[in-house]
Amino acid sequence: MVVVYSRADKIFRRIVTAGALTSLMLLGLIAAFLIFRSWDTFSQFGFKFITGSEWFSAGEDPLGGATTALVEAQDASVFSIGPMIVGSLVVALIAMFLAVPLSVGGALYIEFYAPKGIYRVLVTLLDLAAAIPSLIFGLWGIQIFTPIGVRWATLLNDRLGFIPIFSVEFENFARSPFVAGCVLAALVVPITTSVAREVYSRTPRDLIDTCFALGGTKWGAIRSVVIPYGKSGVIAGAMLGLGRALGETVAIYLMLNLVFDYSNEILDSAGGNVASMIALKFGEATDKEISALIAAGLVLFVITLIVNMIASSIVQRSTPRA
Amino acid sequence: MNSVPAVDQYPGVEPLRPWAVTRSTRLKNLSRLAVFAFVAFLVTIITPLAKFDGWAVAFLLINVAWVVGQNSRLGAKERRDAVLRVVFTSLAVVAFVPWLSIFVTVLLKGYRAIYPGYFFSDMRTSTPEDEFNIGGAGHAIVGSLIMVAIATVITLPLGILSGIYLTEVRGRMTFLVRFIVQSMAGVPSVVAGLFIFTTVVQPMGKYSGMAGGLALAVLMLPTVSRTAEEVLKLVPDDLRSAGYALGARQWRTAIMVVLPTVKSGLITAGILGIARVIGETAPLLLTSLNTNGFVWNPAGGTVASLPTYIFSMFMYGTEYSAARAWTGSLVLLVLVFGFFTLARRLGATAAQTAKTDSRKARNLKKKS
Amino acid sequence: MTQQNADTTTTVPQRADAAPDFRGLETRGAHAWFGTHHALADVSLRFPERTVTGLIGPSGCGKSTFIRLLNRMHEFIPSAAMAGEILLNGSDIYDPLEDPASIRLKVGMVFQKPNPFPAMTIRENVLAGIKLAHLKRDNHDDIVEQCLSRAGLWKEVKDRLGAYGGSLSGGQQQRLCIARSLAVEPQVLLMDEPCSALDPGSTLRIEETIRELAEKITVVIVTHNMQQASRVSDFCAFFLTDGGPGYLVEADATRKIFTNPGDSRTADYVQGKFG
Repeated sequence: MVVVYSRADKIFRRIVTAGALTSLMLLGLIAAFLIFRSWDTFSQFGFKFITGSEWFSAGEDPLGGATTALVEAQDASVFSIGPMIVGSLVVALIAMFLAVPLSVGGALYIEFYAPKGIYRVLVTLLDLAAAIPSLIFGLWGIQIFTPIGVRWATLLNDRLGFIPIFSVEFENFARSPFVAGCVLAALVVPITTSVAREVYSRTPRDLIDTCFALGGTKWGAIRSVVIPYGKSGVIAGAMLGLGRALGETVAIYLMLNLVFDYSNEILDSAGGNVASMIALKFGEATDKEISALIAAGLVLFVITLIVNMIASSIVQRSTPRA
Repeated sequence: MNSVPAVDQYPGVEPLRPWAVTRSTRLKNLSRLAVFAFVAFLVTIITPLAKFDGWAVAFLLINVAWVVGQNSRLGAKERRDAVLRVVFTSLAVVAFVPWLSIFVTVLLKGYRAIYPGYFFSDMRTSTPEDEFNIGGAGHAIVGSLIMVAIATVITLPLGILSGIYLTEVRGRMTFLVRFIVQSMAGVPSVVAGLFIFTTVVQPMGKYSGMAGGLALAVLMLPTVSRTAEEVLKLVPDDLRSAGYALGARQWRTAIMVVLPTVKSGLITAGILGIARVIGETAPLLLTSLNTNGFVWNPAGGTVASLPTYIFSMFMYGTEYSAARAWTGSLVLLVLVFGFFTLARRLGATAAQTAKTDSRKARNLKKKS
Repeated sequence: MTQQNADTTTTVPQRADAAPDFRGLETRGAHAWFGTHHALADVSLRFPERTVTGLIGPSGCGKSTFIRLLNRMHEFIPSAAMAGEILLNGSDIYDPLEDPASIRLKVGMVFQKPNPFPAMTIRENVLAGIKLAHLKRDNHDDIVEQCLSRAGLWKEVKDRLGAYGGSLSGGQQQRLCIARSLAVEPQVLLMDEPCSALDPGSTLRIEETIRELAEKITVVIVTHNMQQASRVSDFCAFFLTDGGPGYLVEADATRKIFTNPGDSRTADYVQGKFG
């Protein structure tokens, strides 16, 4: 079919293209503004901003006028977010460590084991769960889950305390990376599960039938056909979940004690997270501190963008074969 | 043998399902589970495993042990299959329990502070510790709705345009646009807040509902674009070629034929976007903050919203303020699920319309 | 019910001594439903050992439903139901004590579209059934060679057993699927239009393969292609529907069906007057 474009068509195409390019520009603008506004911080602290572990600032209202004395005092300020980056990774990895098996198991159950009657209910529930705001996960985490999480943490510390990551200095397990990671896992599971379920549901029926026709069991069919078929999709879903876990703000804000110190004790009531640090420090930040917080935002932006680009390139690469 | 068998006249023949689980087996299974549940309860009394989660672990282990024992006379194949059935079922239960617990918690803790005034009053003349029949979250609901409306007005046209670009125009940058839209979906919400803070709040010198709406728009755009693209993909090529066959130009075909077909689908895209962002808290903490009274002017300084209302009530830390936070969560959750259900309803209609319209188009082509 | 049907059983080979200890696959008054839809009615047929039986008839007359009934694949459709008896060497395959997986091991199936497992090599594809069914075999190399030879594929692929199944042509893929089914040593092989997605050359190769297979096992093949039925089968069964459930019109030796059928509709169908 040959379509001849008239002038009106050309205008139409230009308008549409401009609209589509707004998304591209928006992403570019976000990056540009973050870089522009964080320039001071990076030029002052350089690479140390990412590796250092000190955050100190003198007080001043970002929207109010700065007095000369305060501006001078601010030269003593030091900003760096090393422990927060490590903390973000630690909490996100704990969450993914729990969420991936749960999602794969849950998705396989829904697609292949659930009785017909509850299949639709489970799928709807899954969709709804993915829509629960993270703030509510945070409230639930504090009021309902924390006592349970603390008990698990106590048990882990009790039995496996000889392993360095499960040891603690003080036996205060609430608001620890472990408990926060558990809540984050609950938050990520709906996302990863619905991706995994979607992928598994597209497994060609006759491949599964073939497994049965060869005398295989359901597990046999799942292991030799369903799991290999859905592997890249599930990995992409897990990356999406990881991106979400790394960027989560309020739930972590409510669930975690932010401490500017490297720690390898996940049960200890001290951790870090870039996103919630931004929200926490933002309220009383000085002008200079705002620049540092934006620099932290840029670091977070770059990390999640890389994770998400990996995820979407896996998705795009695996779609044509499906 | 040569006579035609009379259709559906087979006396005494009844549909059977010899493979189905019989009633007595099901009863046996259920009573076995009940016994196991009780044994697991006894285990929680005499061992360190405690409370509900300890009971669940004990219950799972007993089931696995039973399955292994029961099938040991069968082959390894059957045993492994049965064990994995138990494993997947328990993983699914563990995955679903937190959300169910959240639904129940929000309901049980949220209904306490509900009274009609909750939806109409603000907190100017009451403190978080007041009785539940004073004050409310009306201002927060209004603030949320205003900001979401701003976000929708901005993102819906942009999202639809990028959807049309990806499905109708299919320009050179199709791949790039799709890739960026997908990647943007992962921009952390706090980063969107920072972006609007530096570009809008600081230049304007004040926090505002406008800024909040813009921050939500950044987060909403990927959802709307992606849904719009998927909806437009549902329009069959038949329909487009029918437009062209009638001599219509591309833009006329797109506007007169394609868009009306998926109208409800595009509305779905908007509603899904709303459901996605209405509960966002972090960007609003950086752009619109919170206040105690109704604010109708989007440019008039700090505005309350449901998420920031819930957040500040919870951080206030008293029993009554926490109850108000839970009630706010209940309202928020009802709003999110309401939008979500509406979107699904409309989405189903959209798919249906696309199908009937393509049938019409095919008939049209046949006639011409 | 069984007795009533026993009288009308259409014995494909007209052998008087076959009745009491019949070896092979047999159906007695088989019915199939999907929900309330009665898809197949009252089919009584015998498939003796080491023969090829072609199931012919127009689309929608229940042939595929029928063969899925024969290896207990019918029950995967959630609303499915059945009636009647299906016997393998005299024992009911729908006995509640029977393990469906072990039935399917004895009664294998090849599907319409070639579907080698995409994530497995040629060799792994052939051995997939052994792994799936947890069979204890230690001569894997022999099995691969033997099954691929019987499927007529060994010469073409013996130097690239490590290649993925998807790299083969459509006809080769289908023969790989046949080899895969043979590896678990079935007594019966069901084929649901195995050549419908293939070119004429590949079709002929598969037909040769089927004839060779019949020296050892029983083959039941659904086909829409009359020439194919006449070329490969020893016996033919003609199915038809009048809008209601599909039923068996007649079954007999292939030559008789094609030259002198007992029913005028069979004659019309094989001469291409409808369907």
